Amino acid sequence: MKRGSWLLWGSALLVYGFLYLPLAIVVVYSFNDSRLNAEWVGFTWHWYDVLFHDEQMLEAAGNSLIIGLVASAVSTLLGTAAGYALYRFKSRVLAILVLSPIAIPEILMGVSLLIFFVMLNLTLGLVSIILSHVAFCIGFVAIVVRSRLAGMDDSLIEAARDLGATPWKAFRLVTLPLIMPGIIAGALMAFTLSIDDFVITFFTAGVDSTTLPLQIYSMIKIAVTPEVNAISTLLMLLTLFLIVGASKLAPGALRAA
Amino acid sequence: MSAAWRASLQRFLITGPPLVYLLLFFGIPTLIMVLASLRLPGEFGGLAPLWETGPSGTELNLSLESYGRFFSDSLYAWLFFKSFLYALVTAVACLLLAYPLALLIARSPGKRRDLLVLLVILPFWSNFLIRVYAWMIILGPESVLTRTLNALLAGLGIAPVELLFTPFAVLVGLVYVHLPFMVLPLFANLEKHDPALLDAAQDLGARSWQRFWRVTFPLSLPGVLAGAALVFIPALGIFAIPDILGGTDSILIGNVIKQQFLDARDWPFGSVLSMVLTALAVAFAAAAAWVASRQRL
Repeated sequence: MKRGSWLLWGSALLVYGFLYLPLAIVVVYSFNDSRLNAEWVGFTWHWYDVLFHDEQMLEAAGNSLIIGLVASAVSTLLGTAAGYALYRFKSRVLAILVLSPIAIPEILMGVSLLIFFVMLNLTLGLVSIILSHVAFCIGFVAIVVRSRLAGMDDSLIEAARDLGATPWKAFRLVTLPLIMPGIIAGALMAFTLSIDDFVITFFTAGVDSTTLPLQIYSMIKIAVTPEVNAISTLLMLLTLFLIVGASKLAPGALRAA
Repeated sequence: MSAAWRASLQRFLITGPPLVYLLLFFGIPTLIMVLASLRLPGEFGGLAPLWETGPSGTELNLSLESYGRFFSDSLYAWLFFKSFLYALVTAVACLLLAYPLALLIARSPGKRRDLLVLLVILPFWSNFLIRVYAWMIILGPESVLTRTLNALLAGLGIAPVELLFTPFAVLVGLVYVHLPFMVLPLFANLEKHDPALLDAAQDLGARSWQRFWRVTFPLSLPGVLAGAALVFIPALGIFAIPDILGGTDSILIGNVIKQQFLDARDWPFGSVLSMVLTALAVAFAAAAAWVASRQRL
């Protein structure tokens, strides 16, 4: 190899190290037999045991799961329609509405939804969290579905129409199966985004409901124990699983979003 | 039913639901925030009633008071400027770290390229708080890094330093969280470069640094600009990173907005700060788009 490419590989490896070392440390210390995240003392499952007996954490996990499932289902439906509309009708208003929530600082969406829900007299809780999550997940699903449609050969639809299929039939039998991997990838992404969201949930959750990220935040702020590392490790495993799945279904989709 | 009518019905049925949803849960809340910035704070937090019926008839409770407060105290302008500086330093640091990585990925063969891209994306999809928390461990007072550093400093006769709860820790967190946003647009740009250009430069006698500075880098400017916008704009409004990794001296505008809505409960003033932040974010996005179109990047 030339000198230049050694330099490139060397610096790239350092940056990969920078990306992964912190996460590796979180995982390693989740098995550490010490309250402090400072020094390796010995191996233990203790913190996982603590985690699975932590009522609040389990409740938060349950909430996150419900929110993630409902929000990803609704946003997949709406996001698929939005992606189709963006591709087929090139609606500019819709494009702005779909992309803005992704582009602006998250805190702005969080506080404006807080004002909105309070003005509607809606009690903050699971419902307000789900409504908010759907709003920012739609865009991600729409982008993946749109890019999948853009990669599709339009003459397939024309062929189906020439053979006598109604527009609906052509959509159901030709378009839908072809874009299905994109839709599933979008759904997985929406679920991941919902499960992981902190900022918008922080403003729209109210006082009585908690989710995993909110629970992690309050533990980080008040009393850190390696239980945080344990729940972090499990969450990272889940994300890894979902995102690798999504990237297998729709290569390039994650990059587009 | 005529074909044209059917087509517009179809369009309406597909565009309608997501459009209505996003208008309701993104468009209207944003407009309400504009209105909230003109209202008066409520007696017990939140907002005062919009209408008030007094002895002199019904009055509309709108005022520019909160905007006045914003412009009369230079503290808030300073906070915005500080957030701007943090976001700027973050974007520059991300660029320096991301460039070699993006270049390597773009010059890798197909299969390996996909893997390397996935490796950049994966940390981005892991939970945001976990990524910040990781740095809390690494920079903590008892951590291996801090103890090693302080042992070295002691050897040189310098007083020990703290890493956590400092502006440095906030910057590290900001760079770490936003790095993938810089790598991906850069890579997408570099991937499209024609390798023949570099061969031509070499044939004409350009050395490797010259080939980089005079061919690759100028061609990659659209990617640099896109990445900078994607890092800079979200970094402007961040509140959780200073909240977790910073001390009292690293409070940014996001923290003050959060405070106004959840602790001080002065919603009109919080809305004013949010409006200014929105204006800045939109202005920077528009500026980036303008530069890109002007330079035909």
